[in-house]
Amino acid sequence: MLKATLLRKPRHTGRRARQLSATAALASAVALAAMVPVATTASAAQSKKVTIRIAIVANPQMADIEKLTPYFEKEYPNIKVVYDTLPENTERNVIETDIATQAHEFNAVMISNYETPIWAKNGWLVNLTKTFIKKDPSYDAGDLLKPIAESLSYKGSLYSVPFYGESSFMMYRKSLLAAAGLTMPLHPTWSQIASMAAKLNDPSKDVSGICLRGLPGWGENLAPLDTVINTFGGSWFNMKWQPQLTSPAVVKAVNFYVNLVRKYGEPGASNDGFTECLNYYDSGKAAMWYDATSAAGDIAGAAPKIYADTGYAWAPVGPSGKKSGWLYTWSLSIPTGTPDQQQTWDFLSWATSKQYIKLVGQKLGWAQLPPGSRVSTYKIPQYQKAAGAYANLTLQSIEAADPTHPTVHPVPYTGVQFIDIPGFINLGTQVSQQISAAIAGRTSVTSALSTSQQDARSMVSEYGLGA
Amino acid sequence: MSTSIARVHGPAQRSADALSRPVATRTEGARARWARRLPLLPALIYMIVVTQVPFLATIWYSFRRWNLLIPGSNKFAGLQSYRQAFSDPTFLTALVNTVEITASAVVLATLVGTGLAVLLNRHFFGRAVVRTLLITPFLVMPVAGALLWKTTIYDPLYGLLDFVLSPFGVHHVNWIGRFPIPAIVTLSVWQWSPFVMLIVLAGLQSEPLDVLEAAKVDGASTIQTFLRVTLAHIRRYIFLAVLLGSVYIVQTFGKIYMVTQGGPGTATTNLPFYLYEQVFNAYNVGVGAASGVIVLIGTEIVALGALRFAWGLLDTVQARS
Repeated sequence: MLKATLLRKPRHTGRRARQLSATAALASAVALAAMVPVATTASAAQSKKVTIRIAIVANPQMADIEKLTPYFEKEYPNIKVVYDTLPENTERNVIETDIATQAHEFNAVMISNYETPIWAKNGWLVNLTKTFIKKDPSYDAGDLLKPIAESLSYKGSLYSVPFYGESSFMMYRKSLLAAAGLTMPLHPTWSQIASMAAKLNDPSKDVSGICLRGLPGWGENLAPLDTVINTFGGSWFNMKWQPQLTSPAVVKAVNFYVNLVRKYGEPGASNDGFTECLNYYDSGKAAMWYDATSAAGDIAGAAPKIYADTGYAWAPVGPSGKKSGWLYTWSLSIPTGTPDQQQTWDFLSWATSKQYIKLVGQKLGWAQLPPGSRVSTYKIPQYQKAAGAYANLTLQSIEAADPTHPTVHPVPYTGVQFIDIPGFINLGTQVSQQISAAIAGRTSVTSALSTSQQDARSMVSEYGLGA
Repeated sequence: MSTSIARVHGPAQRSADALSRPVATRTEGARARWARRLPLLPALIYMIVVTQVPFLATIWYSFRRWNLLIPGSNKFAGLQSYRQAFSDPTFLTALVNTVEITASAVVLATLVGTGLAVLLNRHFFGRAVVRTLLITPFLVMPVAGALLWKTTIYDPLYGLLDFVLSPFGVHHVNWIGRFPIPAIVTLSVWQWSPFVMLIVLAGLQSEPLDVLEAAKVDGASTIQTFLRVTLAHIRRYIFLAVLLGSVYIVQTFGKIYMVTQGGPGTATTNLPFYLYEQVFNAYNVGVGAASGVIVLIGTEIVALGALRFAWGLLDTVQARS
């Protein structure tokens, strides 16, 4: 068939005219096409429909923001928000890989005060203060809780904005303590807690004296353990970056924690993280629980009777008396090099604004609003009424946390319940595995700590610290 | 198929001949050969792309030392990543754990599966229902099954195991914390016994009845019949189940991730989990890739050795039967 076409005699009549008209048509089409973008760029900022992808963790607070996103989309009709919700460990991996390889899969990522200073230093995050907050005074960055805002800053600028924040405190069952003739001081020490746990521990009634995390994970069992190490006068490294995990103070602290859990903690503690302890406490199987301040809201939602019987005290201190509440915040950030940053900021500023906090209270319940991010939250009368039992202690605990000076003696790192260096993800996981094994009774605290000390040495040499 | 070929050329050669020589090579031309192969090309190309491209990328990364957390560390490093992998004590622990978990799980699953197959081979009331129930563990998604075992069976306070053993004085035992490898192995056996059972059942049901009758006529007891006659017949099926089961169980990851997270300590860290930790905890792409290549080479050696042994065994079995 091709052969037949090629051999056909060309028709000359009208060919030139046809060529000319074809060229004219093409030229006009090109001209029209060229004009169209000009017309749209004039109103591009207003009418361009943009979809932004946010990577978030699967927590109840994040489920709330997904429910309330239609309010945002009503206010900003050109922006469509798509969420990628994942469990915490997976979300961390996905985001870390995305940002380290500059894949730009997400417009905004939910990270914490662990990642923010490190990634800001690497140049992986947008400087939110310089780029957006300076031009938007209605955001009121001064209203953010000071320790929280500082933990999300690098060289004085915010690199992510807090969605909610928390510290740690002691929760206890008032009726069980009263039945044993005990009273909880507002500022308890760990030795007081240990003796109370001994009296409250009642295996015949399936009640443990205390519930403490033992699950492996640098954000699981290491969070409370690190605060105990700090307040017992220990630290992970000295100023020369020499590991201190076999120093007397750390050995004392870890022995205390592991023995307390082994003797008066919940059975199976080596597998129990935040969720498991919450379940045990909610079903009345634990007399005391040392964990995140955000747990109080979860208890209120899941077990109202237990919540009504719960009292709160400051995070217990060790012999040094150093305040030991941790500091943690889930925050939203914009990776550098991503498109549509202004629209992404519109969403970030909405999600962390006073208006959003009030919206959660009005639509979903006042006890449920994201805690620990803004001072103004704690002045809302309805919130005080709904969460008054723990709200003020939460605020005070956050304000007392000092990640820049977490330990008794000076240290070269920041962070209360973690160490804000990249190598901590792996080192923390390895050490938490050893601690979990010690809690399960499979290894002694001494050998767990000596293995951890070796792991810390390898990490220091890999990252060239103290060199 | 002539047995003389089996004796002269050996099993590998015989199968190679049978597979690679199309029916009419010498009579049809190249055109006919391509017409036969062309429809297979898409599948072949897809397989090559999906398996070989990541494989080559892994080898590439194994010769570099790239840590995702250290910007600018993506440099050529020769064999440094391999040296790091070999000198890591956790790697050797992972190797030992892999062998331990795989061997225990495969042996136990084979025994349980074969026993179940023998029991299912005879007719009884409700046999179809029982068979379906026995196959179900294999059909449950591995991760869902692992989570189920962790929370409803192994839990020290609420678990079924605790509930069943409480009357005997065994109370609030932390099964996963104190017996991590048996916990994982039990879970694997629960999941893979149906697999072995199905394969061995196929073998049992293909057993010629006249051989069994002859044995009965000769006065053999049930046990003697089973050991001398049946077992010889189903030996190749058991071997197939062992081979396939080993290949799958070596790759156990979901169970370990969901139940023990490789712990306590490094008690249940096997090679796949170690690799995962290297890449997603340490973000050490170089060492992770090097470990992957080492594992691959090790598996090749073991598998080739096992296959050689297997073909020899099969050959003897077939020649005898």
